[in-house]
Amino acid sequence: MNEEDIVKEFLVESYENLDRLDQDLIALEKDPTNRDTLASIFRTIHTIKGTSGFLAFNQLEAVTHVGENLLSGLRDGLLHLTPEITTGLLALVDAVRQMLSNIESKGNEGKRDDRELIATLTRLLPCNDPSSAPVPVPKEDPKPEPALQPSLNMGEILISRGAVKASQVDEAVEQQHAGDPRHIGEILVDKGAVKPQDVLDALNTQQQAHGQSAGDSTIRVDVSLLDQLMNLVGELVLTRNQILQAANTSEESGLLATSQRLNLITTELQEGVMKTRMQPIGNIWGKFPRTVRDVALGCGKQVQIEMEGKETELDKTIIEAIKDPLTHLVRNSVDHGIESPAARQAAGKDPVGRLFLRAFHEGGQVNIEVTDDGAGLDYEKIRAKAVQKALIPSEQAARMSEREVNNLIFLPGFSTAEKVTNVSGRGVGMDVVKTNIEKIGGVVDVQSTKGQGTTVRMKIPLTLAIIPALIVTSAGDRYAIPQVSLLELVRLEGEQARKGIELVHGAPVHRLRGKLLPLVYLNRELKVQTDTPQSAEKESPSSGKTQVQEISGVNIVVLQADDRQFGLVVDEINDTEEIVVKPLSKQLKSINTFAGATIMGDGRVALILDALGLAQRAKVVSELRDRAVSEKEEKQSASAAEAGQRNAVLLFQYGENGRMAVDLALVARLEEFSRDSVEVAADREVVQYRGQIMPLLRVSKVLESHHTQDASREESLQVVVYADRGHSVGLVVDRILDIVEEAFVMQRETRRAGVKGSAIIQKRVTDILDVPGLIAAANASQLLAVQ
Amino acid sequence: MANIQQFCTFFLKSEFFGVPVQQVQEVIRYQEMTRVPLVPRVIRGLINLRWQIVTAVDLRRRLGMEDRPDAELPMNVVVRTDDGAVSFLVDEIGDVLEADEDTLEPPPRTLHGQARELVRGVYKLQERLMLVLDTERAVSSGEEAARPGSPIH
Repeated sequence: MNEEDIVKEFLVESYENLDRLDQDLIALEKDPTNRDTLASIFRTIHTIKGTSGFLAFNQLEAVTHVGENLLSGLRDGLLHLTPEITTGLLALVDAVRQMLSNIESKGNEGKRDDRELIATLTRLLPCNDPSSAPVPVPKEDPKPEPALQPSLNMGEILISRGAVKASQVDEAVEQQHAGDPRHIGEILVDKGAVKPQDVLDALNTQQQAHGQSAGDSTIRVDVSLLDQLMNLVGELVLTRNQILQAANTSEESGLLATSQRLNLITTELQEGVMKTRMQPIGNIWGKFPRTVRDVALGCGKQVQIEMEGKETELDKTIIEAIKDPLTHLVRNSVDHGIESPAARQAAGKDPVGRLFLRAFHEGGQVNIEVTDDGAGLDYEKIRAKAVQKALIPSEQAARMSEREVNNLIFLPGFSTAEKVTNVSGRGVGMDVVKTNIEKIGGVVDVQSTKGQGTTVRMKIPLTLAIIPALIVTSAGDRYAIPQVSLLELVRLEGEQARKGIELVHGAPVHRLRGKLLPLVYLNRELKVQTDTPQSAEKESPSSGKTQVQEISGVNIVVLQADDRQFGLVVDEINDTEEIVVKPLSKQLKSINTFAGATIMGDGRVALILDALGLAQRAKVVSELRDRAVSEKEEKQSASAAEAGQRNAVLLFQYGENGRMAVDLALVARLEEFSRDSVEVAADREVVQYRGQIMPLLRVSKVLESHHTQDASREESLQVVVYADRGHSVGLVVDRILDIVEEAFVMQRETRRAGVKGSAIIQKRVTDILDVPGLIAAANASQLLAVQ
Repeated sequence: MANIQQFCTFFLKSEFFGVPVQQVQEVIRYQEMTRVPLVPRVIRGLINLRWQIVTAVDLRRRLGMEDRPDAELPMNVVVRTDDGAVSFLVDEIGDVLEADEDTLEPPPRTLHGQARELVRGVYKLQERLMLVLDTERAVSSGEEAARPGSPIH
């Protein structure tokens, strides 16, 4: 081992010790009489001091030396632990950490002046301590008192067990000093002073005492090596899947057997490698008592931290990924959540706030909760704030539930502008917390009761890399659904397929064991219904296939998203498979319907569906309901007309003498644009309209009227602005005629693209415009989307 | 002669485009694609490029050109971006050319549509004009177009 290796080893070991030191010091503050903790702290500092002296890191040695003196004062009962001493010792730990990181990066402790720290620590020393001189005396390693360390000396063990007399041991020791190379035990056995069995027992005791911390059974491995292994296993899993597929179609029984074996081994290997990367969440929690103490001291609060489920294990990459968000949440809880002791007392609470961290496994995921018993979120203020900042429209805000409102704190931009104190304090960078958690496939949720506290709950996958998934087919494409969100599969056959799906005001539902399960059609949600030309692929025309499917049976995948259940209707259910999750590129990430992509056994890419994203997209109920309402309205208007009810329509002229009517409810505004303001984007005419680019559609052109006027002659354009969910299209008409309210009956015989039918209005035959149809006919829908 | 750059060139319809060669990872023939629902039309799908999943952007659509006939399979020009590899679907691959920066001009003001923001400049080569594509933009502005589905604007 050369010096570099020794230094490296020293660093790794010291970092680990320092992390423990933080925890130990906080623990000691709570229980100053705990001698075990004190001994552990003392040993850590002592080891660092000793090694740094050996490696000639003098500053490090000087600082730790004072610390050691202080600690021995505590240990010997000359001193009592005060908050000052704790702060001093924590400062010492920080100084040591800084020096170590300097040693790591630059090879030396760095230029620093620790005189003040040393002076502070020295001041805290009992003045009669003879070794308080700040100059270290490395030779004089004060041996830890025997009472603090289990007796490890062979002679002592034997004496204490009464196996040998003290005088005999002394003799043997003298013999050793005289140059006998044998161990004490050997000398004694050879002399016949003890039985060999006694020595063996004593050796065991010795080894146990050593072994617990030193651990001969563990080795340090570079994380990058584990990452590499993980990647290789990922590839192996893919290859295994391919072979399994090939073997299943093959005639050779030998290949089948081998591939089964390969399957088993791969699975075990995968589990094994996965385990090497698991770490208890306590590794990051360990730092929190210190964080809480510092933040609480800084803002004059008293906070007690409690933890449950420290041993819960997570993949290393996930541990890394949640470290910062968690730290942030903990700081936030102390800084903003928990009130000052006075305020707490006024509210009839214990002046000491309580912060509770909990982690537990549930359904293949890890739940992490950060709970405080502070003031809670003020959802009225949050609602007002969100509206004021125009993050959500006010009418939407009014409809939101308390819980939905609370979750607004995760919106980007919610907190950045102002100091958050006026929204009961929460929200600094909460969007970052959410983004980071979601990046690793987790979800965050906040629940709060005003005056009683706040809980932030995270659900996080155990590992990112390889997950079991159900493969389904829809419109000829395969999709993977993570097993985590899967509850059960339902298949409705024949008669059931027709009866099993009922409509609640237009929204399809299925009665699953007496409860209504909202249904979402994957094809419809993904808009991959048969009409897309690409869907043809090489499968037989999927339109026919889908229909056959719908008649012969319905496949429902029951999914759990957050706390809701819904049924996803797919064309086919294929198989479950282990898939390797690959992230989607940036352009696709904004679509939360997909959690990623994977490569299937045949080498083709399949998208991974995100149950929650899908549920949000489908709004499991509301969007379907909207559609139902609009359908109903359409029916109503038709029947209303039959009954002779009056409708308000806008009449305009297109072409030379075409008359057309459009439902006034669909018209947002009437505008006039000069020719010069028309610009071209994507080969289409557009105008700038209220800070947006609005595409223009020439109605007469789209309808291919035979009476088209020469457009270039016009000075200005008459435009009917049609708005749909925030997007607008300008319909260019030749002349706006009138707005009338009249009863009419629409006849559908004249129906064509862009025209719903015709009616007699103002005693003239008038076509009724179908705006969505017109846009589709102009293929301008993508323009709508571009905005 | 100091300002000579190499370009990987390709055709879209009859137009001739170039991408700086150092941005190009590789050029491969047509790959089977998995379409991605709900995304802007310019994203044609995902391809499996040696176990890496790469997004394919149809440059014809990106530039607002008409689609290529179904019978013609596009080629992939895989470029490196900050966000990993992205494949541009093009009609045909040209040679790797050297072009002198002295012959570079900004795009004409009359350039309309998406091309305006995607074409960084025009090299006046002897036999034809070569349009230099801004790869980052060609890739990234697809992202904004992907937003309309998000619930909060």
